[in-house]
Amino acid sequence: MDSETPGSSWHEITRAVLKRHDVRLVTYVPDNVLRPLIEGIHADPFFTAFAVTREEEGVGIINGAWMGGTRGILLMQTSGFATLPNVLASLSVPFQIPTLMMVSERGTLGEFNIGQSLVARTMRPVLDALAIETHTMTRLDEAEFILDRSITQAIATAAPVCFILSPLLTGGKAFAK
Amino acid sequence: MAQLANHPASREQAKVMNRYDITQRMIGLLKHDEAVIGGIGYTNFDLWAASATPAGRRTQNFYMLGSMGLAVPIALGVALAQPHRKVIALEGDGSILMQLGSLATVAERGQKNLAIVIMDNGAYQITGGQPTHTQAGADIVAIARGAGLAQSAWAADEAAFEELIALALKEDGPWLIGCRIDNQKPVDTTERDPSRIRDQFMRGLGTRK
Repeated sequence: MDSETPGSSWHEITRAVLKRHDVRLVTYVPDNVLRPLIEGIHADPFFTAFAVTREEEGVGIINGAWMGGTRGILLMQTSGFATLPNVLASLSVPFQIPTLMMVSERGTLGEFNIGQSLVARTMRPVLDALAIETHTMTRLDEAEFILDRSITQAIATAAPVCFILSPLLTGGKAFAK
Repeated sequence: MAQLANHPASREQAKVMNRYDITQRMIGLLKHDEAVIGGIGYTNFDLWAASATPAGRRTQNFYMLGSMGLAVPIALGVALAQPHRKVIALEGDGSILMQLGSLATVAERGQKNLAIVIMDNGAYQITGGQPTHTQAGADIVAIARGAGLAQSAWAADEAAFEELIALALKEDGPWLIGCRIDNQKPVDTTERDPSRIRDQFMRGLGTRK
């Protein structure tokens, strides 16, 4: 497949749009829903990708890389986002760094872990409190447009952006019996 | 590492030095626009103070204003983006204890152009001097070695510190240099202007003209 032509799944589209925008550095804390994206990125020599021990570490790395001239993104799940308010409020936002974030949304549409469903409710209020551009992605036919335009905007306005991948888009994590 | 064999085996054996003095010594050894990431607190303030010259303040420094513990991750990001530039993370003991996982990440990456300098006074000095766990025996250099950073050492004294910095600037890393420091107040206070700090740093790194 041509790297500039998005494939048919959300993770193929994401990978193609990241490449189009020269987002080469990918830090992540693993998540089951993100697995095909992470595997696709690891298999693609365009990217430098590695796991970090904590999500705020990932923000520090991609922010440092941005100042050094390399674009990056942090992949995580909802509970991981809950570790980020301090670094977003004291690094990304005041220093005007376009931190790109992608969150696999848990805690809704069939969640089986009460901890996940509670922590998920803190995510959008935190993003709103910091006035961070946020898009909940629910539809495959909108995915490329949202990612493409929002990465452009984040860089042009030197502001973070958060993409929330709804189970409506990804299928989410099914109840484990 | 054979070249580190003569350095103190533990924190207790290292000389207690002065933060501003050794920061000045480190800055004096930077001849190739090396990047320096200053963690929060007095480590940051003395980096600011030590970077003032008659010709102006060195621009390849980044000064954090919060995000405690992230000097090493930020430095790793800069080092990944600019593999031909040496990058130094300057961090306090309280801060690094908050983000020990980042040492394992640096080790996993094997980031050759990265050095970590830990200013260890055994206290959260800026908040009133409450003891950190290094005072009770947590040894950052031993922790770093355990995380996979084989080239980690305590600086025995000022001369050994300069020797280690010179080695880190010359040879492949990652490096971690532990420094025991006293509880002197910093010499100056960093200007808290994040847009300006980021802009000057990026100009210093050549990513903004």
